[in-house]
Amino acid sequence: METFPFLNQLLQFLVTGLTVGAIYAMVAIGFNIIYNVTEIINLAQGEFVMLGGLVMVSVHTSLGLPLLLAFPVTVLVVTLVGVLLDRLAIRPIRKPSVMTLIIATVAASIIIKGLAMIIWGKSPYDLPAFSGRTPIDIGGVIIQPQYLWVIGFLVAVAVGLTLFFNRTILGKAMGACADNPDAARLVGINVRHMVLLSFALSAAIGAVAGLTLTPIALMDYDRGAMLAIKGFGAAILGGLGSFPGAILGGLILGLIESLSAGMLASGYKDAYALIILLAVLFIRPSGILGNLEVTRFKRF
Amino acid sequence: MAAESVNDPILEIEELVMAFGGLTALMNINLRVPRGKIKAVIGPNGAGKTTLFNIITGVFPPTEGLIRFNGQAISDRKPHQIAELGISRTFQTVELFNSMTALENVMTGRHLRIRSPFFGCGLALPSLRRQEKSLKQEAMALLDFIGLAAKSEIMAGALPLGERKILEIGRALATEPQLVCLDEPAAGLNETETETAAHLIQAIRQNGITVLLVEHDMKMIMDISDEITVLNYGEKIAEGTPKEIQRNPLVIEAYLGQGGGFEIG
Amino acid sequence: MLRIRKAPMLAGALLILVFPWIASRVPAISHYPDLMVFAGVYALITIGLSLLMGYAGQISLGHAAFFGIGAYVSGVLTTQYGVNAWLAMLLGALAAAVVAVAIGAPSLKLRGHYLAMATLAFGIIINIVFREEARWTGGPDGMVGISGLTVFGYALDSAGKYYYLVWGIVAAVFLFTVNLIQSPTGRALRAIHASEAASAAMGIPIARYKVIVFTFSAVLAALAGSLYAHYMNFINPATFDLFFSIKLIIMIALGGMHSIWGAIIGAIIVAFLSLEWLHYFEEFEIVVYGAVLLLVTIFLPEGLSGAPAKLMARMRR
Repeated sequence: METFPFLNQLLQFLVTGLTVGAIYAMVAIGFNIIYNVTEIINLAQGEFVMLGGLVMVSVHTSLGLPLLLAFPVTVLVVTLVGVLLDRLAIRPIRKPSVMTLIIATVAASIIIKGLAMIIWGKSPYDLPAFSGRTPIDIGGVIIQPQYLWVIGFLVAVAVGLTLFFNRTILGKAMGACADNPDAARLVGINVRHMVLLSFALSAAIGAVAGLTLTPIALMDYDRGAMLAIKGFGAAILGGLGSFPGAILGGLILGLIESLSAGMLASGYKDAYALIILLAVLFIRPSGILGNLEVTRFKRF
Repeated sequence: MAAESVNDPILEIEELVMAFGGLTALMNINLRVPRGKIKAVIGPNGAGKTTLFNIITGVFPPTEGLIRFNGQAISDRKPHQIAELGISRTFQTVELFNSMTALENVMTGRHLRIRSPFFGCGLALPSLRRQEKSLKQEAMALLDFIGLAAKSEIMAGALPLGERKILEIGRALATEPQLVCLDEPAAGLNETETETAAHLIQAIRQNGITVLLVEHDMKMIMDISDEITVLNYGEKIAEGTPKEIQRNPLVIEAYLGQGGGFEIG
Repeated sequence: MLRIRKAPMLAGALLILVFPWIASRVPAISHYPDLMVFAGVYALITIGLSLLMGYAGQISLGHAAFFGIGAYVSGVLTTQYGVNAWLAMLLGALAAAVVAVAIGAPSLKLRGHYLAMATLAFGIIINIVFREEARWTGGPDGMVGISGLTVFGYALDSAGKYYYLVWGIVAAVFLFTVNLIQSPTGRALRAIHASEAASAAMGIPIARYKVIVFTFSAVLAALAGSLYAHYMNFINPATFDLFFSIKLIIMIALGGMHSIWGAIIGAIIVAFLSLEWLHYFEEFEIVVYGAVLLLVTIFLPEGLSGAPAKLMARMRR
């Protein structure tokens, strides 16, 4: 194997790319859940991820709660933040327009970010990896066990959501809101509750992304915006509103970013993903799995 | 332009097909709008009338088919280019500039007929100030013509529906069109208001402007139209004078099949 | 509603004129002309943004990039190529215009959230370029030694002198914009904001107008960037980051998006907030900004310039 260093390196980039991509996919799923119910792009989505990491640091490392307990506590705390976001920033707006909704979520995101800075300071934090840091060596390609956790959680989120939307009454009601809010209201679905639920669900998934990412890439208060915009890039790439699209878009974006950062100037690592985002927006804003005719008729 | 005669239709639509995804909204439509006349397109809801308007005015390109205005193919033009060629329109949902006064709405309608250079506007050049003054007079004259001169300083959004509809027609006329497409000008209006609208439409024709009309109010249609085309489920099922249409069994069936009566909105 | 009255304009001009003299008499505010230089620089950007967002209804979350392009073109050309500062300023504006057309033409076809994200991504990309192209820009540490400005050999080497240059330009831009709003161009912009479908049906080339206004606002931001660079004599990428784009949004939301006056008032308030008052809050600065933005959005959607009318309406009731 030593004779193919280039191939090894390429595979290494693929592995890290898929891992990062899985994180983007989870952020993209979070965007989609809220977008499908409300047609709002929640620019504070990345803050959920940041909070997921930092809250986990507090409850797991500082308070010493075992992993199995720290995990649900973290998700619960961040979910609560998601609920507060809807109640305090979105719902009070009397005449919602795209402009005011964008501004409100931007405002919320810098409030969350500022509070995080006050609570945790500016330095990045690490978390112990869930099952140690002994790398798995497959033919020269190094795989951190935590990578598998990240991808595993993406699979779990995808399966869980599929079951939720297809098998539960609550999930079906949310789906109905996404298809046609007026009709949903007519059949007695409380759309406000569904909106709240979408923020809660999306925050929870963001938290999962954050707390699995931290052992790999550390976490600090300032990471939210970049995670949000890359997650949005993934959502757009796959087609805004489509869950399979979010996963596909996330993985592709992660791969492109990892490969281009490895082969080209790595200082531009963040720029590559954003350039992809712009390219998709300019050439095919409906994304890979999106439907242009549907987006045309969306309110915003 | 020289080769045109008064007898050539101002607008010709040939074999028009419009499909949204798997849904066919219009199927092989052929339509001729005679110059200087009032032509109405009627049909039950979902017959594809507004879609037809949107295609004519360039909102979206047709899937197939050809549209000729004054003999010139226009199906690939953008909405503002269509307006430039001399086709203006109103909207079923009344798309006024609500935060502008009635006068400003009509003045905006004259955008095509005036100069608006960016730097000249910022520097408030004297020639542009003079233009603004005469523009105001022209707009007032038009408001007078449509009977809304007294409402010139009222915000468009604050006017009652009847006047909003009339104002929208006025704004369309401000572009100095050869053809004006009116999408349900009488929808939601009471009897008196409908009558006002009908008079206005006839006055427009008297000024030499061709009118293409989509409407549900059968009395108004029968009173003022010179020619009627009937659409049903995206297909043309009849064409003729008001009298011919009233007697056409296919038309009667199409409307009765929908739940009876001509007045279905 | 859009008639901008002469009296407040004269009063404002007079206030701007005598302010440095007043400040020089009151020790507690003797440094205010310096703050007002920054306020003026911000106001140049917000006037353009208010035209773009309030009148044409197009959002931009990336205008810090144009601010930075002006500053860096000025900085690089004057320090490394010995270009005359005024010429560099012109070239900075030109560069911003070219970038604005290139990015604006495809972006402005997008609506709402898509446009917001495109401009956001654009702003971040440009900021990364400032950080990475260290050969020219000095990288994250920034560049020093940018010369001051001189007018016919007379150096604008104090806050008091620079103040008049900046506010003179703000006044000119203000007048230009006020004229524009009251012209056919302004009407077309408001029409586009109210209904794109109807505007197009009236023959208004929507895409062209959007790109023109976007470019105009970009040029103003670049101009502000050049003025900033020659005043500070030092620039670094952090000044032109995403948070500054958000600060710009705070300025125009606070002042009132639909008012050019509001744009200036918002710029002044945020300048004083960030350079003077918020020191007391230290760590809480970002939170205060966020809270201000959220509260304004919820309770004062017309901004401060809309507040008097709101108050009057309430009193009449």
